[in-house]
Amino acid sequence: MIDDMKLVYLAIPLVCLFAAVIAGLFGRQIGRAGAHTITIAGVATACALSVYVYFDVLAGNTFNGTVYVWGVSDNFPFEIGFLIDNLTATMMVIVTFVSLMVHIYTIGYMHDDPGYQRFFSYISLFTFSMLMLVMSNNFLQLFFGWEAVGLISYLLIGFWYTRDTAIYANMKAFLVNRVGDLGFLIGIAAIYANFGTLDYHAVFASVPEVLGQTIEILPGSEWSIITFICIMLFIGAMGKSAQVPLHVWLPDSMEGPTPISALIHAATMVTAGIFMVARTSPLFEFSETALSVVMIIGAITAFFMALLGLVQNDIKRVVAYSTLSQLGYMTVGLGASGYAASIFHLGTHAFFKALLFLAAGSVIIAMHHEQDMRKMGGLRKFMPWTYITAVIGSLALAGIPPFAGFFSKDLIIESVHHSDLFGSGIAYASVLAGVVITAFYSFRLLFMTFHGRPRMDQHTLQHVKESPMVVVLPLILLAIPSMIAGAMFIEPMAFGDYFTGSILVLPQHDVIGQIAEHYEGQSTVQVVLGFMLHGMLQPPFWLAVGGIFLAWLFYIRKPELPGKVAASVAPLYNVLMNKYYIDDFNQKFFANGTVGLGRLLSKYGDTVFIDGWLVNGSARAVGYFSKILKPLQTGLVNQYAFAMIIGLLVLMTWFLSVN
Amino acid sequence: MIALSDYLILGAILFGISVAGIFLNRKNVIILLMSIELMLLAVNINFIAFSHYLNDLAGQVFVFFILTVAAAESAIGLAIIIVLFRRRNTINIQDLDSLKG
Amino acid sequence: MTFEQLAFYFLASVAVISAMMVITVRNPVRAALFLILTFFTVACIWMLLEAEFLAIVLVLVYVGAVMVLFLFVVMMLDVDIDQLREGFGEYLPIGATVAVIILLQLVIVLSSGPFEIDQMPAPAAASAEYGNTHQLGLLLYTYYVYPFELAAVLLLLAIVAAISLGLRGRVSSKKQKPDEQVRVRKKDRLRIVKMNAEKQD
Repeated sequence: MIDDMKLVYLAIPLVCLFAAVIAGLFGRQIGRAGAHTITIAGVATACALSVYVYFDVLAGNTFNGTVYVWGVSDNFPFEIGFLIDNLTATMMVIVTFVSLMVHIYTIGYMHDDPGYQRFFSYISLFTFSMLMLVMSNNFLQLFFGWEAVGLISYLLIGFWYTRDTAIYANMKAFLVNRVGDLGFLIGIAAIYANFGTLDYHAVFASVPEVLGQTIEILPGSEWSIITFICIMLFIGAMGKSAQVPLHVWLPDSMEGPTPISALIHAATMVTAGIFMVARTSPLFEFSETALSVVMIIGAITAFFMALLGLVQNDIKRVVAYSTLSQLGYMTVGLGASGYAASIFHLGTHAFFKALLFLAAGSVIIAMHHEQDMRKMGGLRKFMPWTYITAVIGSLALAGIPPFAGFFSKDLIIESVHHSDLFGSGIAYASVLAGVVITAFYSFRLLFMTFHGRPRMDQHTLQHVKESPMVVVLPLILLAIPSMIAGAMFIEPMAFGDYFTGSILVLPQHDVIGQIAEHYEGQSTVQVVLGFMLHGMLQPPFWLAVGGIFLAWLFYIRKPELPGKVAASVAPLYNVLMNKYYIDDFNQKFFANGTVGLGRLLSKYGDTVFIDGWLVNGSARAVGYFSKILKPLQTGLVNQYAFAMIIGLLVLMTWFLSVN
Repeated sequence: MIALSDYLILGAILFGISVAGIFLNRKNVIILLMSIELMLLAVNINFIAFSHYLNDLAGQVFVFFILTVAAAESAIGLAIIIVLFRRRNTINIQDLDSLKG
Repeated sequence: MTFEQLAFYFLASVAVISAMMVITVRNPVRAALFLILTFFTVACIWMLLEAEFLAIVLVLVYVGAVMVLFLFVVMMLDVDIDQLREGFGEYLPIGATVAVIILLQLVIVLSSGPFEIDQMPAPAAASAEYGNTHQLGLLLYTYYVYPFELAAVLLLLAIVAAISLGLRGRVSSKKQKPDEQVRVRKKDRLRIVKMNAEKQD
């Protein structure tokens, strides 16, 4: 049985890889239909097997072992290994399901694109990499998966490589991620240096031995090793999961095709950081400093990125900033030790945010690749399916019961509320404020796009029609979990012992356990109803309703209001429009600074020092000394003989004086 | 009886004379060659003296080989001097400085 | 003073004096002759050391062959001795100083004890049946046979080298010149003439 399961585990990523290789290398031979058939078949197989593995894991069959050793250096084995437990299985189902939906959707979205086969190859390859990342049982494989998804993200953001903006965006994503990856790599190196292994379980098992040891990073300042490792790992997560200040690449990544924004930049890859922190919870639990850092960074991201969503006019960018903000929520949840809540939110968010992105993509198809919401409006009548699914997605995002987002988001907010770590007060205020903003901008998007008077030109208006079946079907399939996933999974995931063994929460940090006490001994239905009832009496719900009301007021009732408000708080509005000037700061300080430094080094370091002094200088020095030494070579044999004799004399004298 | 040191000092004296010879006759290649022969002779005296006093014939075998090499060396050296004289019409070392740096 | 000592000191002083003459006399021919004298006396000293074979070889090879070669060369070359003697005195002080220092150092080391007669007594004289040549031959043709053959090759090499250096080459010799043979062109060897056909009778 175990052997069989090992084959299944191997098959899940490998079918995706196989499909990607076929579609990528033989795309021309198998044609468009062949490319999408084989990749969809591959991902569908992976998805079915993931569901099978999921139920197998629920039945208690977890797995942790090495599949293949691909190298040994200094007795340290480099391994491909799988760790299959509840956390992994959950991630596998989410990844393969969303990926499958996106694959199907892509048939419609990329219908006329010349890079059709290439695109399918990339997303299948992405699925493979992401699966290797989540299934890994050691940090090295995690890192490889991490880099592989980063690479494919780079390739896909720049998918339309003839656009300057796309090239700029993928370069930006790559460079910003390098900053995070450096931290991640340092973290992994620190783990290896202090634990002597990179295997998850071996590392987690020896945490108590390392506890209390310190490391001197800068002279005079002692850090706990665990804190150092955790913060370094979290810097990696910050890059991948786009937390402030490494968030700048995610909005720009919207240059890529919309299916990619849904799959990579909303549902899966950007949650890799969240997953990684949850996976390494046995480390983070032992460093309250690191948890506080995580929480504060997450709170900043959740609140300030949500604010930016208010002023965007590009439909995809609104969703992108909401993704940033929701990632901030997940991070806050991690910081409050509510790992289960974060993973829960990760799952529901994957569904409803993929749904929102795909719905936005559907709108974009209908609008002939116009993304400015100011040129939309009134699409409700023309695109009923897209509208309904978008409403479901928005309600889920805003956190209205009984949609999925309500449960997961409320659980995070409650977790933060119960947390007593440093910074939890600020974090609680931020996430509460974030709720109203989230509701506002998501319904702003909805109202501007689907309601009101059509603002597009006549030509476009005449051609607006509902998207084809391959586009609508994934929307419907994603709308279903967006509605029910929250109610279905809150009891087992959050309050049950679902993550026992995958995630470690110390008793003093067990915020979810405190919440769970209210619902002890109740059935699933009771828990769901009780949680909803409780939620409706809490501020977050009313804040969300208020946000929706405000959006209605601003964009349906009195459409002239937004302009007035913007004008009355013009300085604030400008700050938001310029994204807090972070991009400008990065451009001026880091980009220009680097270029300036490069110029300086090129001029003085390279031209003057290396070329002038080291290269030409050494040649000149040799020439100079040669000129001095040249007269010594007289060509006269007798002088050479003198030299030998005098040398003999010196040696003899030395010999005598030594003895 | 004659002490070993007497033989060795005789060798040392011959060696010193040949060193002085190299310094003094710095123009005449032939005398230089002779000085080198003298030097080798001094070394050979040492070898044979040690061979005798240590009762080990290996020293004499060494001398045998040194004589071989020295004979070959002086034969070729003299041949070179002849060619040299034929070409440059001199055996003055001071005139032979085309390898100057 | 025994006869042995007498002979040694006599031979040694002759050797030293003639060596001095080698480096100081004006005429290279006389220098060569003094060198022969040095070799002779040293050969005699080697006799005292019971190295009869090498003593004979020294006389035969050195005096008989090498020094004759020296003399031959010296007499054959028409060298301007006066010119070669230039700067003789100029280098006398430094040459003498260096030589004396080396000599002093050597003497200090050599006469410091371990080589004195009481530290290292002379072995008893060999019996009448003892043959130095025989013993040396036993050693050379067995243990040192490979170096011995190498020495033979070396001598062959020296012969070839000396001859090829000294060979002037006769005009009438019919030796091949491969470079010229390869470089040859048609026009060098073939001449085409145009002429009317002649009647054969």
